[in-house]
Amino acid sequence: MKNRYPEREARKPSVHPEREERTVEGRQASFDKLRTNGKDENGTKIKIMNQEISIQTSDFSLSDEVALLEQDNASDGAIVTFTGRVRNHNNGMDVSGLTLEYYPGMTEKLLAKIINTAKTRWNIGRVKVIHRIGELSIGEQIVFVGVTSKHRHDAFAANEFIMDFLKVQAPFWKKERTEQGESWLDAKATDDTKAQKW
Amino acid sequence: MINVVFFAALREQLDCSELTVSSENITTVADLKRQLASKSEQWQTLFGNTSLLSAINHEMVDDEQVIKSGDEVAFFPPVTGG
Repeated sequence: MKNRYPEREARKPSVHPEREERTVEGRQASFDKLRTNGKDENGTKIKIMNQEISIQTSDFSLSDEVALLEQDNASDGAIVTFTGRVRNHNNGMDVSGLTLEYYPGMTEKLLAKIINTAKTRWNIGRVKVIHRIGELSIGEQIVFVGVTSKHRHDAFAANEFIMDFLKVQAPFWKKERTEQGESWLDAKATDDTKAQKW
Repeated sequence: MINVVFFAALREQLDCSELTVSSENITTVADLKRQLASKSEQWQTLFGNTSLLSAINHEMVDDEQVIKSGDEVAFFPPVTGG
C-alpha cells in the first residue's frame, strides 16, 4: 500500500544539520528561508496573517524569530518568547536524546485551534509556534512560542496558555534514549492540571 | 472503507502504522476497536487500554462517535510534546 505519511518514514535518523555559522550572510539566508511559506520535505509551515506554525526537523534561531516578530510591527510594545530544550535527565535517569513523532495534518490543525483560542482571550498581535520533529540531542531546541502584544500582560498570558495546551493537546510524542534503551514517555498528570487552570 | 492509522508507542507495539478496514458492521469507534482487538491477543490488550485516544478526520472523538466510510480514524497514546 502506498505510504500516505512519508514524514513518518522520515522519522529514521535525520542527519542533524550542524548549527550554521552565524555570519551576516548566514543569518540573512536563514531569515529568508523562514519567510518562505509552504511545505518542505521534512515538516510543514503554515503561515496566515500574523500567525505562523512550523513543524520542522531543522533547528531555529531565536534571534531570527524575534526579528520576524518585530519586523514592520511598530504597534506591539511587548514580545514574549519561550524556548524548550532537551534536558539531560528525566525521572532520575540520564537521557542522551529524544525522537519526536507527530500526526501530520492533525497536529497543525490542533496548534491553529490553540492559537485561535488565545486570540479570542487576549489582545495579541503576532504568534509564531515552531515544533521540531525527528532525532534531537541534549541541549537542542525542541519548541518555540513567540507572542507579541501592545502591553506585556497579554503576551505573557497568551504565550503560557499556548504552551500549556500544546503540551496536553497537540499530537506529538517523545521517545527517550537512555542507557537502559529507548522508551516512549508517559503523559504527566501535572501538565493536565496546569492546562485545566486556564 | 475506513483508513486507520496508529502512532508512537501504539504503532510500535502493533508493528503497524496504518491499515484499511471494511466499514461493514462498523458504526462507532467502539465497534472499530472491538474489531481490531479481535485480531490477536496483543491487539486485544492494546485496544483494551482505556487511556488510548481516538480521532476521526483529525478531530478528537470518544468511543460513541459514528464512523463513515472514507473516514480516517487515528489511535494514539496521550500526547507528550513540548
